[in-house]
Amino acid sequence: MFGKNEILETIDMVEKEHLDIRTVTLGVSLLPCIRGTAEETAAAVYERVMRRAERLVPTADSLSREYGIPIVNKRVSVTPVSLVTAAFPAQSGLVGRALDRAAHELGVDFLGGYSALVHKGMADYEETFIRTIPETLAQTERLCASVNVGSSRSGIDMDAVRLMGEIVKETASRTAAQGGIGCCKLVVFCNAVEDNPFMAGAFHGVGEADTVVNVGVSGPGVVRHALSFVPDADLTDAAEVIKRTAFKITRAGQLIAKEAAKRLGARFGIVDLSLAPTPARGDSVAHILEELGLSVVGCHGTTAALALLNDAVKKGGVMASSRVGGLSGAFIPVSEDIGMIESAEAGQISVEKLEAMTAVCSVGLDMIAIPGDTPASTVSAMIADEAAIGMVNNKTTAVRVIPVPGKKVGDEVEFGGLLGRAPVLPVHGGDASKFIGRGGLIPAPIHSFKN
Amino acid sequence: MRAVVTVSGTDRRGVIAKVSTLLDERNCNIEDISQTILGGQFAMVMIVRCEEENPDFTALAEALDELGRSIGMNVRIQHAEIFDAMHNV
Repeated sequence: MFGKNEILETIDMVEKEHLDIRTVTLGVSLLPCIRGTAEETAAAVYERVMRRAERLVPTADSLSREYGIPIVNKRVSVTPVSLVTAAFPAQSGLVGRALDRAAHELGVDFLGGYSALVHKGMADYEETFIRTIPETLAQTERLCASVNVGSSRSGIDMDAVRLMGEIVKETASRTAAQGGIGCCKLVVFCNAVEDNPFMAGAFHGVGEADTVVNVGVSGPGVVRHALSFVPDADLTDAAEVIKRTAFKITRAGQLIAKEAAKRLGARFGIVDLSLAPTPARGDSVAHILEELGLSVVGCHGTTAALALLNDAVKKGGVMASSRVGGLSGAFIPVSEDIGMIESAEAGQISVEKLEAMTAVCSVGLDMIAIPGDTPASTVSAMIADEAAIGMVNNKTTAVRVIPVPGKKVGDEVEFGGLLGRAPVLPVHGGDASKFIGRGGLIPAPIHSFKN
Repeated sequence: MRAVVTVSGTDRRGVIAKVSTLLDERNCNIEDISQTILGGQFAMVMIVRCEEENPDFTALAEALDELGRSIGMNVRIQHAEIFDAMHNV
């Protein structure tokens, strides 16, 4: 049973502290859609996604009403498209546009899976597919792309890293009129997970069941609020407070996930325990770190505070859910977190500090605007650094940077909505082009040999 | 189906009567009720059981919402499961 105080606590979490289910993401396998031509495949893909996800939005809306918890985003993830279009890779854009059309008609905000997995080497069809990404992202609105370039088991495919630097730059220039917004929908991963419900990096792994519901919870505001009651607690006690709060948040996610799966006739996949910020005040991961005692996110101590937060969120969440997966941790996207935006505007946080932070939390260099004239080889080098952190630490890392065309350090770019706004941060001016130009494979670390 | 009805806002006469009448008309039994008034702010929590296993939840929520608007208060209904899930191991 529960008492009046618990009821009022939950209602306050929703109304005052931005507790929400960040996303209900329906994973759909596209493998049964492969046909002899690109046109037939695109038609089959469209039909299948429309049919499988038909009831996603109305179901999520009624769950939200019944349980009194907002479900912010309804999304679809699909099998990496490079596998579906392997026989006609140059025409992959046809499938991408069909998926985007389905996303619009279903009313989902993003659809992820315009993806390729090339962590141990790129086949010709995969390279051709990857080269379609900039044009396809420029022609679509809700489609998200991702490429996995490394893993702890296989090392880092530096040919793919080199190519992705160029692809990021080209994606930015093809969407220059909107500040390079195409790059907000393009993630380069190391150790990509197959059941991630969050965008832009969601795709439906080939090891997954046919149709799967994955749910991402959130609630940075709730965690910060809980910490505000223990301003003088030591860090052991603060971690306990975070754990208990993460438990409650995750239980809400678990309930919604199971119920959504039941109503949609899909398998319950995982709950992703991530703390995902939005640009709204009171919904910031940076502000949790500041609540722990930092004057501004980015100062010395930030990495340690983030490590504590990330670990406590996982420990509380694991207990609360029967199946945990996805990225599960704290997200630090710069443009999507008001605390990060303000720190970046004040020159208090650097790309180098953000990189250090990614060694101890979910994901990586996320939603960071960099100067438009940053060379492709420098973007590749940033990707390589992040991939190395992921590979060595057995964790997912990613790069989603936006080289904003025509903008320089100190300028600002506005993407709108959940994507937020970002000041352009400086990158190191040194030249990594010879290193990146070498190509090849960075061998997997010695601790990858576990068999 | 068990649900939780919460009512909050500036205190006025007849709130409990209006809310419980509506619940009765919709075949919902009030199992527990508690209210407090702090500085003129009224807060009431009701645990109710709807006779039907799967009532038209949307219609019920809309009726309560409309009642809330007519008396200038916030009236909401939620599945009890969410509180069980969040506050019990």
